[in-house]
Amino acid sequence: MNDTAALRDLLLRMADDELIIAHRNSEWTGLGPIMEEDIAFSSIAQDKLGHSLGLYRILESLGGAEPDAVAFGRSEGEFRCCQLVEYPIGGYDFSLMRHFLHDTAELLRYEMLERSSFEPLARLATKIKGEIKYHLFHANTWIAQLGARGSEESHARMQSALNEVFPLALGIFEPSDYETELAAEGIFPGEAALRGKWLETIAVTLEKGTLILPSLDAVTPAYGGRKGYHTEHLKPLLDEMTEVFRIDPSAEW
Amino acid sequence: MTIQSLDPRVTRAAIPQENETEMAPIPPLDQLESYEVFHLETRGDHPVHVGSLHAPNPEIALLWAKEQYGRRSRTVSIWVVRTEDISVISVEDADIFATTPEKDYREAKGYRVGGKITAYKRQNTTEP
Repeated sequence: MNDTAALRDLLLRMADDELIIAHRNSEWTGLGPIMEEDIAFSSIAQDKLGHSLGLYRILESLGGAEPDAVAFGRSEGEFRCCQLVEYPIGGYDFSLMRHFLHDTAELLRYEMLERSSFEPLARLATKIKGEIKYHLFHANTWIAQLGARGSEESHARMQSALNEVFPLALGIFEPSDYETELAAEGIFPGEAALRGKWLETIAVTLEKGTLILPSLDAVTPAYGGRKGYHTEHLKPLLDEMTEVFRIDPSAEW
Repeated sequence: MTIQSLDPRVTRAAIPQENETEMAPIPPLDQLESYEVFHLETRGDHPVHVGSLHAPNPEIALLWAKEQYGRRSRTVSIWVVRTEDISVISVEDADIFATTPEKDYREAKGYRVGGKITAYKRQNTTEP
């Protein structure tokens, strides 16, 4: 039954990332820099919420609790999201940079998973491929726009956001205890392989934005989230996100 | 005092209750370019004009058009074009077309072979 433990760990990491970044990005709804962009970013957040639901449903099919209970009923320490997604939205520069670094990893991960031996995950990956493609089209366009085609200020702000977000984003690839098993079973090739592809891919877009990636040797990846160690930002987020649910957890919506 | 709202995000933003500066109108040219959006429902369709939007450049116009005009109905492609780049015959000059409805000899319906074609087809169709 060790297989299931490995699979559940992978699914929970992915689902929690999607849920928490969805919630964070949705905090821009109504407050976005311009109406059209507000609509686009909100729609992206809604897609991500859908991805998390898809993953929680797969977990349920493996004998887990129902999605609402998992999403809204757990305490902070039970979450397996990386710390990157927990941070407050900051300015739009921070949120866009997080969106770009996170979604590049997300796209590459689901590309790998399309060939996963675990069919429900391969099917989900194929189904949502187009959505993530748009998310990345959105992110890449803004990186190029604000990095290379904006003003001196927009370039400086994107560079400083990159310096701040890069170590957090490396936390996405915190190794799990099940890397060997997942790779051997053909479920998922592993976080290290994904990180390699991610570094190659972000380099291409960052160059278009004339932004410089900090040296890997100079930064410390923000690990801990995958083991349940979170920043002080996750608890208030969960309190706010689950406020209505907690009034009556058995309510029918 | 800052604004206290039911929306925790608004409360967190610590916005002063009183507007310290007078609301001033935006300068007339301080706005984005206007784009016209065309929508294709299925492959091979003619693009149909569905509306317009403001954006700083064509790439971002596409980003936003996808959400504003392609997020609810079936879509396979979206076109955007700068409003400025479209040349038009003004509606004011619609009298140019005033006599067109009288020129029905230009329409294919003037040829009275439709019935013959249908009859020919019926004769030559083998029942499956």
